[in-house]
Amino acid sequence: MMKLWNHYYTPTTIDEVQTLLAQYQGRARIVAGGTDLLVDARADEHHTPFEALVDITRIRDLARIHEDEGYLHIGAGVTHTQIVKSTSLVERATCLVESCGVVGGPQVRNVGTLGGNVAHALPAADGTTSLVALAAEVEVVHSGQRKWLPLQELFVGPGQSLLEQGRDLLLGFRFEPCREREASAFKRIMRPQGVALPILGCAVWVRLDTTRSTFEAVRVCIAPVAPTPHRVAEVETAIMGMTATSDTIESMAELAQKVLNPRTSKYRATAAYRFEVIGVLLRRTLTLAVERARTGKAVPEGVGV
Amino acid sequence: MTLLTITVNGEQVEYDTLESRTLAQFLRYDLGLTGTKIGCEEAECGICTVLVDGVPVDSCIYPALKAEGRTILTIEGLAHGEELHPLQSSFIRHGAVQCGFCTPGLIMTSAALLEENAEPSEHDIKVALKDTYCRCTGYTSVIQAIQSAARQKRGLEPLSVNDPVVDEPMEVISRSVPPQEVREKVVGTAKYTDDYVFPEMLFARTLRSPLPHARILSVDIEKAKALPGVKAVLTHKDVPGENLHGLVYRDWPVLCHDVVRYVGDAVAIVAAESAEIADEALALIKVEYEPLPVVADPKYAHTAEAPILHPNHPTGNLLKHIKVRHGDIEQGFAEADVIVEREYRTPTTEHAFLEPECAIGVPAGFDEHDKLTVYVGSQIPYQDRNQIALAMGLPEENVRVIGTLIGGGFGGKEDIAGQIHVAMLAIVTGKPVKMLYSRQESLIFHPKRHATIIRIKTGAKKDGKLTAVQAELYGDGGAYASLSDKVMTRATTHATGPYDIPNAKIDCFAMYTNNVPSGAFRGFGVTQSAFAVEQNMDLLAEQLGIDPVEMRLINAQKVGVTTATGQLLHESVGLIETIEDVKGDMQASGNGHGFRWAWREGHKAYGWGIACAYKNTGLGGGAPDKSEAEIEAYEDGTLEVRTAAADMGQGIAHVVAQIAAEEMQLGYEQVKVLLCDTDLTPNGGPTTASRQTFVTGNAARGAAIALREAITRSAAEMMDVPPENIRYEEGLLRHNGDSVELKNVVKWMKANGLSPRTKHEYWAPKTQPLGTGGKMHVAFSYATQAALVEVDTETGEVDVLKILSSTDIGRAINPLMLQGQIEGGIIMAMGNCLTESFIVEDGVPWTRLLSRYKMPSIKQMPEITSHLVEARSSDGPYGAKGVGEIPSINTTPAICNAIYNATGVRIYSIPVDQDALLLALRAGRKEIHTAWHDVK
Repeated sequence: MMKLWNHYYTPTTIDEVQTLLAQYQGRARIVAGGTDLLVDARADEHHTPFEALVDITRIRDLARIHEDEGYLHIGAGVTHTQIVKSTSLVERATCLVESCGVVGGPQVRNVGTLGGNVAHALPAADGTTSLVALAAEVEVVHSGQRKWLPLQELFVGPGQSLLEQGRDLLLGFRFEPCREREASAFKRIMRPQGVALPILGCAVWVRLDTTRSTFEAVRVCIAPVAPTPHRVAEVETAIMGMTATSDTIESMAELAQKVLNPRTSKYRATAAYRFEVIGVLLRRTLTLAVERARTGKAVPEGVGV
Repeated sequence: MTLLTITVNGEQVEYDTLESRTLAQFLRYDLGLTGTKIGCEEAECGICTVLVDGVPVDSCIYPALKAEGRTILTIEGLAHGEELHPLQSSFIRHGAVQCGFCTPGLIMTSAALLEENAEPSEHDIKVALKDTYCRCTGYTSVIQAIQSAARQKRGLEPLSVNDPVVDEPMEVISRSVPPQEVREKVVGTAKYTDDYVFPEMLFARTLRSPLPHARILSVDIEKAKALPGVKAVLTHKDVPGENLHGLVYRDWPVLCHDVVRYVGDAVAIVAAESAEIADEALALIKVEYEPLPVVADPKYAHTAEAPILHPNHPTGNLLKHIKVRHGDIEQGFAEADVIVEREYRTPTTEHAFLEPECAIGVPAGFDEHDKLTVYVGSQIPYQDRNQIALAMGLPEENVRVIGTLIGGGFGGKEDIAGQIHVAMLAIVTGKPVKMLYSRQESLIFHPKRHATIIRIKTGAKKDGKLTAVQAELYGDGGAYASLSDKVMTRATTHATGPYDIPNAKIDCFAMYTNNVPSGAFRGFGVTQSAFAVEQNMDLLAEQLGIDPVEMRLINAQKVGVTTATGQLLHESVGLIETIEDVKGDMQASGNGHGFRWAWREGHKAYGWGIACAYKNTGLGGGAPDKSEAEIEAYEDGTLEVRTAAADMGQGIAHVVAQIAAEEMQLGYEQVKVLLCDTDLTPNGGPTTASRQTFVTGNAARGAAIALREAITRSAAEMMDVPPENIRYEEGLLRHNGDSVELKNVVKWMKANGLSPRTKHEYWAPKTQPLGTGGKMHVAFSYATQAALVEVDTETGEVDVLKILSSTDIGRAINPLMLQGQIEGGIIMAMGNCLTESFIVEDGVPWTRLLSRYKMPSIKQMPEITSHLVEARSSDGPYGAKGVGEIPSINTTPAICNAIYNATGVRIYSIPVDQDALLLALRAGRKEIHTAWHDVK
């Protein structure tokens, strides 16, 4: 019975968290649901118990979804289930609901948080892919300073974030909700074998013009195609002003295939397979997002399966 | 230690607990609420699910202190006193409980669902239970049980039970009575090995080799011994008897002394006051190894350059060369109009029973234990006893093995795991010692399904008649023999498929390698050969322009056929009926618009595929196949059946109880069953080879008949009437107007010095060893399955939508529970085809986590239609044959044939890789010879 941690704290304020972090001088780890951190620790046969785990999910401000000054805020302690069930996100950040709805099973989504998912800094994390497409910002305490950063600046490499373990903090996210003529969608391709991460995930945010027939702005995140979550700038630029037809979407799918260089990852996918499905996935996701932007209706797809 | 205040099942609890506890550990080890099971500690299997403030969580990774102030509901808190929660009663009623180990998790997850959703659809249930695994039931009955419970909660009638129609039901036989101990399983009081606690109990761990092949230069245990709380550290020097075990060949060291042969080989064992201390001690043992060249591949193992792994084995790395010779192979191919020859590969696969191995050793003289006693959930308790005794240097009578409930086995709990180790530690420390494997340890340690390479050539005439089959099989036996000899023999003898083939030449090479050992796994080698045989059948059918169903009907074994091993089938061959059943269902699936093998809808390709199978019942091949059972009548009018036949969820306990009840004309509920205690129950033999219903069923029947005769004689004397005129009626023995209660007869017998207890030793009909012709097996079960698949031609993703099955099992002793065996077997086989591969790279397992080994979850569950064919076997009890393995043999080729029909791409290696399938579709390639594990 491998011991994973020695001490476990459940502070209720950010100040308390910082006091504990200071007290443990880098030897404490922040934990939310623990469904990444503790599972990874268990997977490591030579794991040395964490000296202390500081659980941030009892900090009321971090455990809520709220709206403020035109932004939707999601605290670092918000679970995937909260996001999936949130009425304020379902139509206004549909891609996030869709991506949080496919993480793990219900038991994992009930405790695992979006904050933890992002802090893990995996380039193909479902929640991250959608947050990037939503152009989210992240609030952190970094080198003693509390500040907002564009989300992508958080990632410095696969599994590596800017945050220093045991000293820094991730507090939450904010992004602008989809308004009229705007919509988002997320889809991914999995394999049913023993691989937890998606072969490929794709989140898209679109804004159509007032006639709802032309792309005004688009953000596309496809992962993993780079060491950190990646926006497909070529597609985002090329698509502006084009009519929202299946031909356009097909040409964007081809463009994405042309500009992205996915690699082979062992037991997950070959580069050739990823190349093939980049086009399929972008076509399917973009088509869905356009449909939603046109109709103003968005029913999340694939949640829970 | 920290004070935790928490409400559990309605009661506020204040408990001083370790800060490092998970919620599951706190519930189980601090509060003794052992209904919550631990299956993986990876938040993967979901069986540890409890509700925290009404929300289901995986308690195995949920820190106990995170639950401070919260309200917890566990399986123990679900019923209101004696009144079961509707889910609990529905799970029993719909046959949704087999081994019972995952049952608490399934029920708790469902309980949360029903609170939120009073009328869940099948989709809702699949979403809620997506990550709550069950390896036994196949989920169909689980969904029915949940929907039925939901109706009850809404005040409606429960759903009717999907009880299969069977021929000639008797009073108790062929009736769907509830399994034994099912109530305990749904309320959480059923005890598996880790649920047992003894005073002063110590906790043990095993140090295992990190290298696949190495010489041990030194082992330094001094630091570990010096760690406070450590009570014993033992190595090979401490094995009192012979440092070997093994079921067929004794080649497996209890603790390695000179060489380690696989990653996971045991080198040292530790007992300490806590499992955490035992873990720390392991890290302090220093072993110096000199790495040796690794034999990672069975074909390489067969070459002259490969190092010999077992110098004492007379044929080197060739564990066994198994041969089938039948007719004239050259003549057979000369007669053929069409010949296909292909090579197929199957991977190593893992049982993934949800209960990791656990054993507890209790020394002689401790409490009421008058001899060294080992508690273990094992498939073969008597052979455990034998192997423990030999290693301990004790006479067998000085060792007692007590079988606990088993949380799934599927063949994976036949070999020795911790049984000998806990015996050693118990004797050295004088204390009870528990050794519980973590999931991760279980994965690397225990024997798996053999990876195989099968080259098979099949010939047929224009009319479809098969003329010859020639095959060469390589089986990766891994580091130790385990049951390789027997398993690969079955792969070889069944490599003709269930067909009439006049000429055959089959050679199998079971090889030693430095991979994880291979042994028994449901299907026992036949799963592998069926993958090859049944695809060759479709290849031939295509070339001949014959419908795949007709191809099988043309060649199906029937009474009068002689198998390739020389056995004349004289009865009980229901294959053709199973094919006809499935054919009928396939035709009906066209909804009157005609059956189509394949069609397209947009980018989705659909296809049907069919495959047949047969599987022996019993050990056969000349092995003496015997079982003993004992029955005692009590003065309260009840009976107890005793036999050491393991019930790992498949249900031998209810089978023997039904048989005793039938023969004694008693109510089923009047019969208790005691299994697997080597001091109290006679030997039922190994639970393997789909044999228990047949052999132990016959033993129980024999004992019941003898008991009935003894009781009848006594009753006759009591009533002073001729015994032949006495009739049994629900606990009464009647003669004309007179009657006497069974319990009074028992009292009378005891008062008169007669024993109301009988024992029967059943010997299955003699069989012949392979190569000598004649009857190799006492019976065969048959099956046909068809699969409907959907392939996304843009992504290569494969979904199985439907499985149609028909299975000849001779007789259904318990139709509902038997159907559960079939549904569970099919789902397990879907995993074999689509998801499961235990990956070993140069002898080093990559699959060290359950998250890297996906068994099918409820979301993959297809619609299953299952028919029973009851071609009676005259030697089986009431005509029954084996059922345990037959359902999981032909699903894989049925799915692969369906994929071919849908896409035109044939799968030669499993599990099916969507990556390779898509690339083949794009490139117009017709064959895939790689599988998931080849994506590198």
